[in-house]
Amino acid sequence: MLDSVVLRAMPLAVLVALAAGPAGAADGEKVFHEGGADPAALACVTCHGAQAQGLGAAGFPALAGTPAAYLAKQIADFRSGARMNPVMQPIATALSDAEVSAVAASLAAMPGPTVKEAGRADAAVGAGAKLALRGAWDRNVPECVACHGPGGVGVGASFPPLAGQSSEYLSAQLDAWRQGTRKNDPQALMGHIARALSDDEVRAVSEYFAGLGQWRVPQ
Amino acid sequence: MNGKPKLALLAACVATPVLAAGVAMDDQSQLTPKPAATANSTRFQPPREDDLPDNAFGKLVREGHAIFVDTQTHAAEYVGNGMNCTNCHLEQGRKADSAPLWAAYPMYPAYRKKNDKVNSYTERMQGCFQFSMNGKAPPAEGRVINALAAYSYWLATGAPTGKELPGRAYPSIAQPKGGYDIARGKVVYAQNCAICHGENGEGQKAAGHYVFPPLWGKDSFNWGAGMHRINTAAAFIKENMPLGKGGTLSDDDAWHVAAFMNSHERPQDPRLVDGSIDKTRERYHANDGVNLYGVRVDGVLLGQGTN
Repeated sequence: MLDSVVLRAMPLAVLVALAAGPAGAADGEKVFHEGGADPAALACVTCHGAQAQGLGAAGFPALAGTPAAYLAKQIADFRSGARMNPVMQPIATALSDAEVSAVAASLAAMPGPTVKEAGRADAAVGAGAKLALRGAWDRNVPECVACHGPGGVGVGASFPPLAGQSSEYLSAQLDAWRQGTRKNDPQALMGHIARALSDDEVRAVSEYFAGLGQWRVPQ
Repeated sequence: MNGKPKLALLAACVATPVLAAGVAMDDQSQLTPKPAATANSTRFQPPREDDLPDNAFGKLVREGHAIFVDTQTHAAEYVGNGMNCTNCHLEQGRKADSAPLWAAYPMYPAYRKKNDKVNSYTERMQGCFQFSMNGKAPPAEGRVINALAAYSYWLATGAPTGKELPGRAYPSIAQPKGGYDIARGKVVYAQNCAICHGENGEGQKAAGHYVFPPLWGKDSFNWGAGMHRINTAAAFIKENMPLGKGGTLSDDDAWHVAAFMNSHERPQDPRLVDGSIDKTRERYHANDGVNLYGVRVDGVLLGQGTN
């Protein structure tokens, strides 16, 4: 396995192999394009797009440019059931730990979307922008950008990018929190927020952040 | 005092009927000022952003709002750290029990022990820039103060002048019976705060700008800021932290974690007397709530500054 990585001599692959460490080295690019060693570990590209930009209409999220630690945690949570998803659960289980580390690093290194500037000082027109930039503090809902960053670019390993995710994916996640099929938010920071939103607000804020990110290839 | 009469006059000249209707003289919400227990529905309600008139006054108010929520960008020349006004005044300065502007503005001019004189609202805001923002005071007649005063004035539309409203400042909480415990605070911090503010209180950035403010160190508020008082920080934390989950920490844990936060070094108090921490403690900190300026913690003297 290690030999084949070295022989490929692709800078990114080598980098990823080094990042993954000598003991459990795996090729993240290979996992992305071809899947893991276990045939049940399907290739990411199948559903997440050629450049990991996601398949919007189907609700498959963009992964490119998302911090590796966030991605690896989601895989672990699919395995444990803290995040329930019938498609991802068997794939997450079939991936080895080394493959998860490697593919997460590869995905994090892929270019994310171009994000429109949208900060707290901007005018908030419409229900989505209002939630994103002003919050709904009468229900203890902070401004989305207070944690997910300006434009929803994402902050660190725990607050994922929202800009450039499809509205289908974003609203599905908010609904998952509301229904309890997703409960892997650190310190339960997100669940109560989702549960405080109305159906209309879920739709509006999902559309708002979906509209802030632009991919070079269609989702 | 400088900006206030002028702005009031300006508002009177340009206010639209919508705004005038908001200046309800028979508003009842302020008549029975009570501490924290008052239900939210009885709190003063600042005007809605959507009702802001589309004229010169509205434009100035919007500029004040922009400075308030993104001070880093809109008043950068007066800011010396990674903070924004809204980091301490939540919901853009609107949230009751989070030092809302609508409760502060009508209470000035007021005597402040901090500098032993009667302060105008302008001077009060300048103090925020010198201490909480570790920067320098914007000029009294300048763009920043005028815009922030207009924003504050507008948020206080209909509030009584000189009458303390419920929801002002942060509701104080009692100190733990056995005193605060910095070691316990460290544990509380790791469990509840580090995810946003970082393991070492350094905050977190996105695209080069702080999203989560630094809690200590060179980019945080300085030793002269009100938040350096453990009692003030405990009250703020209890009310607001973790963000969106205010009120979930116990009173004792809020104190412990506030003590942990404020047992770290931060920028020097700009009022430093003769370069002496002892003299500065004696003059400005010895009788300023509960604080660790000039106190030794684990053998290290605090108050040395970071610059």
